[in-house]
Amino acid sequence: MVPVSYYLALSAILFALGVVGFLIKRNLITLFMSIELMLNAVNLAFVAFAWQWRSLNGQVFVFFVMVVAAAETAVGLAIIIAVFRTRETLNVDRVNLLKL
Amino acid sequence: MKPHFHLWLIPLLPLAGAAINGLLGRRFPKSLVTLVGNVFVGASCAVAWWVFARFLSLPHEMVPYVHDYATWIRAGDFSVSYGVYLDQLSMIMVLVVTSVGFLIHIYSIGYMAHEGGYYRFFAYLNLFMFFMLTLVLANNYLVMFIGWEGVGLASYLLIGFFFLRDSAASAGKKAFIANRIGDFGFLIALFLLIKHFGALDFGHLFPAISKLGIENAGPGLLTAIGLLLMTGAAGKSAQLPLYVWLPDAMEGPTPVSALIHAATMVTAGVYMVARSNVIFTRAPSAMLAVAIIGCLTALFAATIGMAQTDIKKVLAYSTISQLGYMFLACGVAAFSAGIFHLMTHAFFKGLLFLAAGSVIHALNGEQDMRHMGGLRKKIPWTFWTMTAATFAIAGIPPFAGFFSKDEILWNAFSSEYGSWIFWAVGLLTAFLTSFYMFRLWFMTFFGEFRGTEANTGEHGKGHIHESPRVMLVPLAILAVLSVIGGWIGWPQTIGGTQRFDHFLAPVFSTHAEEAAVAAEHSKELLLAGISVAAALLGLFLAWLLYQKRRDLPDKIAAALGGLYTAVRDKYYVDEGYAAAFVQPLIKGSTYLLWRGIDTKGIDATANESAEGAQYVSDALRHMQSGNVRSYAGWVAAGAAAVIAYMVYLGVRG
Repeated sequence: MVPVSYYLALSAILFALGVVGFLIKRNLITLFMSIELMLNAVNLAFVAFAWQWRSLNGQVFVFFVMVVAAAETAVGLAIIIAVFRTRETLNVDRVNLLKL
Repeated sequence: MKPHFHLWLIPLLPLAGAAINGLLGRRFPKSLVTLVGNVFVGASCAVAWWVFARFLSLPHEMVPYVHDYATWIRAGDFSVSYGVYLDQLSMIMVLVVTSVGFLIHIYSIGYMAHEGGYYRFFAYLNLFMFFMLTLVLANNYLVMFIGWEGVGLASYLLIGFFFLRDSAASAGKKAFIANRIGDFGFLIALFLLIKHFGALDFGHLFPAISKLGIENAGPGLLTAIGLLLMTGAAGKSAQLPLYVWLPDAMEGPTPVSALIHAATMVTAGVYMVARSNVIFTRAPSAMLAVAIIGCLTALFAATIGMAQTDIKKVLAYSTISQLGYMFLACGVAAFSAGIFHLMTHAFFKGLLFLAAGSVIHALNGEQDMRHMGGLRKKIPWTFWTMTAATFAIAGIPPFAGFFSKDEILWNAFSSEYGSWIFWAVGLLTAFLTSFYMFRLWFMTFFGEFRGTEANTGEHGKGHIHESPRVMLVPLAILAVLSVIGGWIGWPQTIGGTQRFDHFLAPVFSTHAEEAAVAAEHSKELLLAGISVAAALLGLFLAWLLYQKRRDLPDKIAAALGGLYTAVRDKYYVDEGYAAAFVQPLIKGSTYLLWRGIDTKGIDATANESAEGAQYVSDALRHMQSGNVRSYAGWVAAGAAAVIAYMVYLGVRG
C-alpha cells in the first residue's frame, strides 16, 4: 500500500511546477495551464487525505474545485481570445496598460 | 432674628452699571452714559452707608454678619459658597471703596469729557467697583480671589485705556504679569489651606487656626501660608520686589490712578493681610518678613520719589512708599493702624491724584513738573485742595496722615513685634515723604510759570483754566476728609479716644495696641514730636531747595553724581529685571523653545515622520508594478513564508 506521504510529495511537486511555470512563462495560455496544474495538485492532496481519513469531504471539495476550474477556464479563455484580438499578442509583459 | 442687609446689592449694582454701559453704551448719548455710570455706583454707596447705620446697632454676637447666597463648589466635605462676610474691617473697606470710588466717578465726568471711549471708561470703572467690593465682602478666600483677579483685570483694562499708545498697552501687560507672580503665591496658600483645613471660608478657617499655637519654635505650616499670602499681597500692593508695575500704571487716565492705583485696589494686599491676621499672628517669621518688606519698600520708593520729575510718577512712588507703611503696620501686628492708614491714605492720595489730574488738565496734558510752577493763583481750588492733601501725607498735625502715620510709627517702636530699627526707617521715610511732597508742591504751585505756549494755548485763549465744578466738588470733599479724616483715630495720649482702633478691635484678636496703652505716654508723645519735626524738616528743606535757592538742586545733583542718576533712574531696577528675567526669557524662548524644541524637536518629528511615510510608501509603490507575474511572485513568496513558519511551528512543537 502506498503511504499518503507519497501522494502529498507528488502533489507538492506538481504545485511547485505550477508556481514556477506561472512565474517564469510569458505566454497567457501557458500561465493558464500552470494554474490548472496547481489546482489539480491541490485536488490530488484532497483525495489523498479523503482516502486516508475515510472522509467524503475531501472528494466533495475536489468536485467543487473542478467546477470552479471549468468555469474559470471558460471565462479565462474568452478573455484570452479578447486580449489576442485587441493586442495581437499573448505575452503578459506586453499586457500592461494598467501599469503606472 | 438676623436683619437683612441686602449686601449683594453693594457689588452687583456697579456690575449692572458696567453691563449696561459696556454692552449698550456705544449707542447711548454721553449724558446717559454719565447717568448710568454714576447712578449705580452712587446707589451702591448709599446702600453701604445705610448698611453701616444698621451695622452699628447690631448686637455683638451677630458680628461678623455672614450670609451665604448660593453654593458654588461642592466636592465631598469641601464646599465654597457665594457669600458675604461683614465685620468691622470689611465695613470700613466697603465705605472707603464706595465713597472714594463714587467721588472719583463724579470727577471722571469732567476729566474724561474730552476723551474717546467715554462709555468704555465708565464700564471698566464700574466693573472695577464690582470686583473690588466682591473682594472685600467675600466670606471665603476663593471668592476673595475672584475679586482679586477681577480688580487685576479691571486695572489692566484701565491702564491700557489709551491702548493706541504702545507704552500704555505695555504698562497694562506689565501690571498683569507682575500681579500674576504674586497671585501664584496666593493660590498656593489657598491650596495649603484646603489641604490642611479643608475649608476656605473665614467662618470655619479662622476658629480652626485659632486653636493652633504660635509657631515660635520655627517655621511651620502657618509660616508657609503666611509667606505665600504675603507674596500675593506684595504683588497686588506693589511691594518689593514686585512693585515695578505701579509706576508704569500711571499710563492710565488720572482718575484710574487715583481710584485703583492709590485709594483702593493696591490696598487689597493690606486688607488681605489684615483679614488673615489670625494666620499671621501665629507665624512670627512671616510677620517679620511682612514688616521688613514694608519697611524696605517704604524707604526705597521714597528715595526714588525724591528725584522724579513727572508729577504722577512722584505720586506713584509715594503710593508704593505709603503701602510699605501699611505693610509695616501689619508686620508689627498693628493691623488697625494699617487699616487706619489705608483709609486716610485713600483720602489724601486719592485727592493728590485727582488734584494732579486737575493740574494736568489745566496745562493741557503736561505732566512734567519742570514745566509747571506758579499755578497757585491760576488754579486756586486745585491749589488749596492739594495743599490739604500734601500736609496730610507729610504727617503734619492735625491733618489726617499725621494720626495714622504716627500710630504706625509708635507701634513699630513699641509693639512686641516691633523694634527701633523699624521706627527709625519709618521716621526717615516720613522725612523723605514730607520732602518730596513739598518739592512737588513748590515746583507745581510756586515760583514763576516755566511752561510753554503748548501748555496754555488751549482754545487759543492763552490762559490756564481752572477745572470744571464737577471735578472740583470731589476735590473739595476729599480735602475736607484729608483734614478731618484722621480725627476718628485721635490717640489717647493727646486726649482722644482712638475710636477707630476700638471699632476694629473685635476683628484683630491679638492686640499690639493693648501693649501700647500700657506703655508710657510721654514716650509716645516724644516720638510723635520727633516725627512731626521730621516732617517739618522735610518741608523746610523742600522750601529751601525749590523755593528759596532754586540753583541748589542742580548743584547737589551734580555733586552726588552717580548716586543721583541712580536714584533718578529708579536704581535701574527695571533694567535689572529686564536683564535678569525678561531677556533670558526671550532668549530662552527664541533659541531653546522656539528654534530648539519647537523647530528642531516637534516640527522635525512631524515633518520627518511624514517624510518617512512618504519614503516607505514610495518603496511599496514599486511593488505594485502592474506586472501580473510579479504579483504572483509576491503571493507565492508570502505563501512560502507562511508555510515555512507553520513548518517551523510543527518542527518545534
